[in-house]
Amino acid sequence: MSRPRKIALVGNPNAGKSALFNALTGARQKIANYPGVTVERKSGRLVLPTGEPVELTDLPGAYGLDPTSPDEEVTSKVIRGQFPGEAEPDVLVIVLDASNLEQHLVFAQELLALGKPSVIALNMVDLAERDGLVLDPAVLEEELGVRVVSTVAVRRRGLTELGEAVASATLRAPGPSLTEIGAVERRVAAHAMAGAAILSETRQRRMHARLDALLLNPWLGPLVLFALLFVIFQAVFAWATPFADALEAGVGALHDAVRQTLPDNFLRDLLTEGIISGVGAVVVFLPQIVILFAFILAMEASGYMARAAFLMDRMMASVGLSGRSFIPLLSSFACAIPGIMATRSITDPKDRLTTILIAPMMTCSARLPVYAVIIAAFIPNETVGWGIGLQGLVLFALYVAGVLGAMLVALILRRSITKGAASGFIMELPKYQLPRLGDLALGLWQRAWIFLRRAGTIIFTVTIVLWIMLSFPRAVPGQSQVDASFAGKIANGLAVVVEPIGFNRDMALALIPAMAAREVAVSSLATTYAVDATDEDREAAELGDQLKGHWTLPMALAFLAWFVFAPQCMSTIAVTRRETNGWKWPAFMLAYLFGLAYVAAGATYWLAVWAGL
Amino acid sequence: MTLDQQPIDRKVRIVSVDWSRLVPEEARRLQALGVDAGAQVSVSQRGVFGGCDPIAIRIGRMIVAVRRAHAQAIEVADAETLFA
Repeated sequence: MSRPRKIALVGNPNAGKSALFNALTGARQKIANYPGVTVERKSGRLVLPTGEPVELTDLPGAYGLDPTSPDEEVTSKVIRGQFPGEAEPDVLVIVLDASNLEQHLVFAQELLALGKPSVIALNMVDLAERDGLVLDPAVLEEELGVRVVSTVAVRRRGLTELGEAVASATLRAPGPSLTEIGAVERRVAAHAMAGAAILSETRQRRMHARLDALLLNPWLGPLVLFALLFVIFQAVFAWATPFADALEAGVGALHDAVRQTLPDNFLRDLLTEGIISGVGAVVVFLPQIVILFAFILAMEASGYMARAAFLMDRMMASVGLSGRSFIPLLSSFACAIPGIMATRSITDPKDRLTTILIAPMMTCSARLPVYAVIIAAFIPNETVGWGIGLQGLVLFALYVAGVLGAMLVALILRRSITKGAASGFIMELPKYQLPRLGDLALGLWQRAWIFLRRAGTIIFTVTIVLWIMLSFPRAVPGQSQVDASFAGKIANGLAVVVEPIGFNRDMALALIPAMAAREVAVSSLATTYAVDATDEDREAAELGDQLKGHWTLPMALAFLAWFVFAPQCMSTIAVTRRETNGWKWPAFMLAYLFGLAYVAAGATYWLAVWAGL
Repeated sequence: MTLDQQPIDRKVRIVSVDWSRLVPEEARRLQALGVDAGAQVSVSQRGVFGGCDPIAIRIGRMIVAVRRAHAQAIEVADAETLFA
């Protein structure tokens, strides 16, 4: 039995390949990296209408076989069967945006010239129709000599026909008109073919133009973007509350149930005070993370993200970067790891390095648990007028502090360490599209799963280790358990270093395990105070109340300022090492970010003390 | 005249592109997007807060964002007079 045939989706960026891939494979997809390069490899299983199972791969979008970016290089090599360890695709499904034929047919001709069995998916015909464009696939079939199937990936239209066409696609002799011709001839041919295939055109592209007139307006556009970002951050705090409260109640109920069921021994304490308190303290932030990702995914799927990059280009240019850096940086608000990986679309190496180095300063979702706990405990839940909450405002200020810090660092880096020619900015602005709920749900599920898996592995392990280090050696009567423990002794050493910036021993203790992941700071604070709590106040051991009892407001603010900058995430360091091929840049990143965190926390503490807060 | 000087939505045709003013990768990317002699283009949006950087240009059915420096390398002529 031979291996299943391999089908590759290939086409220009923004041809709707990913939507088509999702529609064809559903949730049966595997996302990994191509070996040696950090380009995402998406593959999945699919059963053709003939009953034949095939492997479907979604190749990175490209404008031609002559690569200008790492993504395009992968596409080019895989198609030609030159990528080590990657089987050459048996059938190409060339995806074209029906309303952008003139452009997409250029690459399509180049691909057809290879002579491989091919099928063309004329995708997003509904958007073309809405634009008043009526196309005749038969004309294209005639001109190109392969099956052309009209599809609407997001509405699942044309998928069966596409499957049938793939099943019957055969090797073709490359047409004489398609071989040995250059880019200019292809462009001329594309123009002619697109013209012939368009039956009627009523020039109704008004909706996109009107949206752009508003959203890219030199004055209104930035205001709309800023307002949207503000709404996102308010929503993250306000909308998530009922869900977070429900989760918290669930964790509390589980904690109590286990305490009452098990006999009073070491194992019970490990389970309740260690694992359930620690992991539970992080899991309750799932709703906030889901809401943040929902906005980011919707911005990407709707086509607004590229507009945001356009709007931000001027500002990014002022610190020596381009609008292209905006997309990785915005992704970094969810998590710096996909953000740093997304810098691969930046062609200029120095631009890319600068973006990688500042990406950890974007407030990632792992900081959210830390911010949320401290803000909820120390910032009063009141409004400052116009329905704007003070808590949301403080959260917004923390995000702004990270952004301003990043801009400042970029400015300095681009004039010193990563000095070079000003980078350019060339980017296609895709058509606006209503995001499909199914795709958003799938994306959200994948993100939520990654977060829960972290909670179940890294955070789980670190919590257990911390709990053991906090519980041994046992305290003698009259001595606090934390003071007596191993962890307490280590923290006492670190506390000397962080004392000048207002941190106490418990805060120092939280910083050590938080090197693994920032949100562990919350679970380790929860574990510390749970271990240290005497039996009578254990009942009311809400973390917020515990913090209020042990910290002052300037200390809390200093702790927040620390987390704006501190590079406390092993995964980010690891991905930086991989993306920059060595330890030099991750080491540099660690040093400068810790330096910034120390100065920022110290300044915040002493200013707050001076202001009498 | 060059593309960056065009008023919004005026249709012009590219006469020539001074590729030597551009970084090779950027030149290739622009070519891949269809920026080359003969193509019809127009400026659809200009940069934020009254600035003139970046510029969104319409080429075929695409909107492409470029920097002013790129647009300055693109020599254009009125669409009707040249190839009408």
